[in-house]
Amino acid sequence: MANTIKIRAQAKGDTCTVKALIKHVMETGMRKDKKTGKTIPAHFIQEISCEHNGKTVMSALWGTAISANPYLSFEFKGAKAGDKVKLSWVDNKGEKDSAEDTIR
Amino acid sequence: MNTKRRVFLKGTLASGAVAVAVGAGLLSPRQVLAAWPQTAFDAKSVQEALKNLHGSELTEASGEIEIKAPDIAENGAVVPVTISTNLSNVESIAIVAEKNGTPLAASFNLTSNTLPYVSTRIKMGQTSNVIAVVKANGKMYSARKEVKVTIGGCGG
Repeated sequence: MANTIKIRAQAKGDTCTVKALIKHVMETGMRKDKKTGKTIPAHFIQEISCEHNGKTVMSALWGTAISANPYLSFEFKGAKAGDKVKLSWVDNKGEKDSAEDTIR
Repeated sequence: MNTKRRVFLKGTLASGAVAVAVGAGLLSPRQVLAAWPQTAFDAKSVQEALKNLHGSELTEASGEIEIKAPDIAENGAVVPVTISTNLSNVESIAIVAEKNGTPLAASFNLTSNTLPYVSTRIKMGQTSNVIAVVKANGKMYSARKEVKVTIGGCGG
């Protein structure tokens, strides 16, 4: 799959702020197609996790109520510039993607 | 997904431990998803959602949790929500939109290195409270903030 994640990790002292934008429809499964009147099946990210140097620092469970093209931001300690941060997601159809960034 | 569930049900009903093991085996191809609490996210009320997510619906109101969200959201499809807290040993932060069809929006699991701060954007069907449920030291704390929604963002 094409790259769907934009991630940026920035360290300030010991604390690293991770900001990410993910391209995803986040379909709730309740919306109807205006032309056909058929319900659009649900398609949304269920799990998202972030690793710092291979160790999970945050993992989240998402429902359909997260906005389309989700934005996510969080902070963690014990990071320094040059470390790797990896973010990955899995949706309810089993599609997945991940992206890595170097902390600056 | 559905067919697998059928097979799983049939397997468990058929007979005993072997069938259960087979059933469990059939469910494993995507183990990550096995952990996703379907019942909590499908729950129609806040109490039910919390019970299915954390095993209890009882939360203690706390002044230590700060919810940053707009007082009035023009577009319910995109409501920025930021939750932070001064509580220590935070294990998880859940975001709940009280009057959504399925109130539970997200649950963030934090580790000891993660600061108790998360920011994201959620959908809201109508004006309601946004509830932050923070699990810290094995206890559940909550705070709420009302967000007025001009145009709902769930469904069409």
